[in-house]
Amino acid sequence: MGVRYIGAEVQRMEDPRLITGHGRYVDDITMQGMLHAAFLRASQAHAKIRSIDTSRAAALPGVHRVFTLADFAPEYQKPMNQLYPAPVIEQNKTQYPLAKDEVCYVGEAVAVVVADSRAIAEDALALIDVDYETLPAVVNIMTALEDGAPLAHADTSSNLMGRMRSKFGDIDDAFAKADHVFSADFMQHRGGCHSMETRGVIARDDPWGEGLSLWTSAQSPYLIRRALATWLGEPEERVRVVAPDVGGGFGPKAGFYPEEIVIPLVARALGRPVKWIEDRREHFVATTTQRDQHWHLEVACTSEGKMLGLRGTVTHENGAYIPYGILLPNSSLMPLPGAYSIPAVDVGVDIVFTNTVPNSPVRGAGRPCGIYAVERMVQTVSRELGIPPEEVRRRNYVRPDQMPYKTGATLRGGAPLVYDSGDYEALLDKALDLADFAAFKERQAAARKEGRYLGIGISSCIEDTGMGPYEGTTVRVESSGKVAVRTGAASQGQGHHTMIAMIVAENLGVSPEDILFESADTGKFPHGVGTIGSRVAANVGPSAFDASTKVREKALRLAAEVLEASEADLDIENGVVRVNGAPDLSVTLGELAVKLSPASALRVPEGFDPLLEATSYDGSSGSPIACGSNVAEVEVDPGTGEVRVLRYSVAHDCGVMINPMIVHGQIVGGVIHGIGNALFERMIYDDQGQPLTTNYGEYLLPLASEMPRVDVTHMETPSPLNSLGVKGAGEGGTIPAAPAVVAAIENALEEFNVVIDYYPVDPQYLCELIDKGAAQAAE
Amino acid sequence: MADTRDIEVTVNGQRHSATVETRTSLGDFLRQGLGMTGTHMGCEHGVCGACTVLLDGEAVRSCLMLAVQANGHEVTTIEGLADADGTLSPLQKAFWENYGLQCGFCTPGMLTSLTAFLKENPDPSEREVREAISGNICRCTGYQGIVDAALSAAKTMREV
Repeated sequence: MGVRYIGAEVQRMEDPRLITGHGRYVDDITMQGMLHAAFLRASQAHAKIRSIDTSRAAALPGVHRVFTLADFAPEYQKPMNQLYPAPVIEQNKTQYPLAKDEVCYVGEAVAVVVADSRAIAEDALALIDVDYETLPAVVNIMTALEDGAPLAHADTSSNLMGRMRSKFGDIDDAFAKADHVFSADFMQHRGGCHSMETRGVIARDDPWGEGLSLWTSAQSPYLIRRALATWLGEPEERVRVVAPDVGGGFGPKAGFYPEEIVIPLVARALGRPVKWIEDRREHFVATTTQRDQHWHLEVACTSEGKMLGLRGTVTHENGAYIPYGILLPNSSLMPLPGAYSIPAVDVGVDIVFTNTVPNSPVRGAGRPCGIYAVERMVQTVSRELGIPPEEVRRRNYVRPDQMPYKTGATLRGGAPLVYDSGDYEALLDKALDLADFAAFKERQAAARKEGRYLGIGISSCIEDTGMGPYEGTTVRVESSGKVAVRTGAASQGQGHHTMIAMIVAENLGVSPEDILFESADTGKFPHGVGTIGSRVAANVGPSAFDASTKVREKALRLAAEVLEASEADLDIENGVVRVNGAPDLSVTLGELAVKLSPASALRVPEGFDPLLEATSYDGSSGSPIACGSNVAEVEVDPGTGEVRVLRYSVAHDCGVMINPMIVHGQIVGGVIHGIGNALFERMIYDDQGQPLTTNYGEYLLPLASEMPRVDVTHMETPSPLNSLGVKGAGEGGTIPAAPAVVAAIENALEEFNVVIDYYPVDPQYLCELIDKGAAQAAE
Repeated sequence: MADTRDIEVTVNGQRHSATVETRTSLGDFLRQGLGMTGTHMGCEHGVCGACTVLLDGEAVRSCLMLAVQANGHEVTTIEGLADADGTLSPLQKAFWENYGLQCGFCTPGMLTSLTAFLKENPDPSEREVREAISGNICRCTGYQGIVDAALSAAKTMREV
């Protein structure tokens, strides 16, 4: 065996071009004859369109054409595809690529201008006259299902999109035999993705040549290819979708957007490449977000704090249309009952239409919400029974001897959710050690003497990662000895190139620098699924490992013939196959590749297929379950409501770490995203459906100056579900962050009896809770 | 017809003469006019900092500045931070070694902002580094790798 890379902190292969300004994002691509598009977007949350007059805009010099839906061929005047059909969807509403006769959220695309430059296209938008008839809008999910509530769509019977439920165990028995039943009501809010690169699309149509090509800032190029080809009624083979460098995704770039239909249609109509780059204000109103979810939960427990059952109801904001099936509500319920062995669960969710931007997953999808809900109930039990929160957790964790542990819930594909491996209590201990939890009370008392309020909060989570079906890899040694590696998985900064190069290099006996990596181009690899749900390492990892193993075996088998040696005596190092003990006898991988791809009239060696190449779709045989415990230490100023996270400790287990540096970065970045959810990020609409937070002065993202250093420690419990023992790591930082921070704030304000029922916890809201608590105490 | 002006700008040591629309931002001029796409436009309202370039050595937001305002000035972009022979600057090297980037989109602004900052403050504390990049948003890294990179680069530069 050659050099080991798996487990090493290999510096990223992606970085040299990105730190010198040579990345290639969508907006960096230019083409001969390329035109630029800008979208006119609905200024009202709900309205009928009486008429659209584009004549003044079309007359502006530099404008090539203005399109409304009516300007497309009749077969294209139809709504978009439902990407994830499900029986739960009672009222299926997908939007038209450009609005037909009704707009249902501010930001819905109404018309598109194509011009010589983006500036001219934007000038022309101001010259389009739309005559709207305003309709009542529904915004508040808590009243959206009431009789007489305004309807989000003119032609639906109610605002109920659908209902679903997670139910297992004997819930009646659990509540009948409980010593106590406690309940909690709380609202959760998650904002948008706010990738630093907004979305963007370039389309080029070449009907006599390569067909229709799309360069788009996306997480799932294959999903877009299929959705677009299906919508157009054309073969997938004639549609190529490329995700070049993508500047962050975090969920909302995993879908299929109106612009990914409209830009191809207008490029085709004009016979020129067309580029559209979303501006930041558009990102706030036209890129999907996650937003509101209300929970009412009851927990049944014993006097010792052993939890027996969870039941309740959830109201989930869907936004105006359904771009992403029921993935969000589903992934909100799926994680119940979290890291705990709670035998019975019965929680239903009402999915509600509102006149706001459609909903899609943001980092973690519904998992942060489901885990937040469970952790809230743990905190409730702790508070009500006076048992320390860490002790309640210890009494309820799923233990290692219970693995594999079936919760009773089902995964998205219908398979049972099974916790495959992990030691949750040991992880808690590691997190508490890292946080110096034992000495916290002293720190708290010392600070209190100075008039400062410190608090500490714990959370634990599980995360289903690595969902199937696969993410394949092709490994091919070429004549130079360099190794071409291709996969479908798109990267938005996760370091796939480095991770996959490490696996292939180690397995094949070459250097990671010898790997020529290409991904996320439907023209170069036949099929892929998408970079979502922390699934890439647990799918591409095994397929890259398997494909390179096959190439290695083939190389050794051929080398044994060429060198007249036994395969068992051969080893590959630095791309050279040598005979152990006879160092002069060698053949390079490049030479073997040439023998397997001979020139005319020569023959491929007998018993071999052409090419030193293999493809594999090996993945994970189920969802590897990652887990973690987090400890947040905060300081709260009860006078101003300011919260400062002083210290943040993570113990995480994502199985075998291929590159610990990359895992560390995923965890730290994920935690900061979660702290942003807990404290800052709020997409606000007024009661008419007008968005009030559409720039970074109004919508707050976490900044370096406010964020703590995050300390991370790992356990590496190999997953039995794939060849590398890996689990996903992309969302494990985000999922447990908000409950830890919120618990810490409550702990800091214990003397004010503050119980938080909403996040993000902004200063004004916190001050109101403190005043309320103080008033109650005074009574 | 759009209002235009002739300008002369030195970018990464090279002089450029151009006729630009008066409304064109410096960032758009660099990217579209000169084809230098290393500078990224993240918010175009002066908050995210991705478009930061150095104007006569000082960090400025190229989305908030017009190209005509750069007339007669020297601009340094991310493409100009390495030596002419391609040797990375200590800060670039530290970003690579300390995992100071993931998607790379905010990176040009982080590198230019910190290049200017470290010139002014060669021995900063972690808090000072965090304040220095408080006008640059990164969604991927949680800032930690960037802060570590800046502190490491400062140390390297002091030792030279």
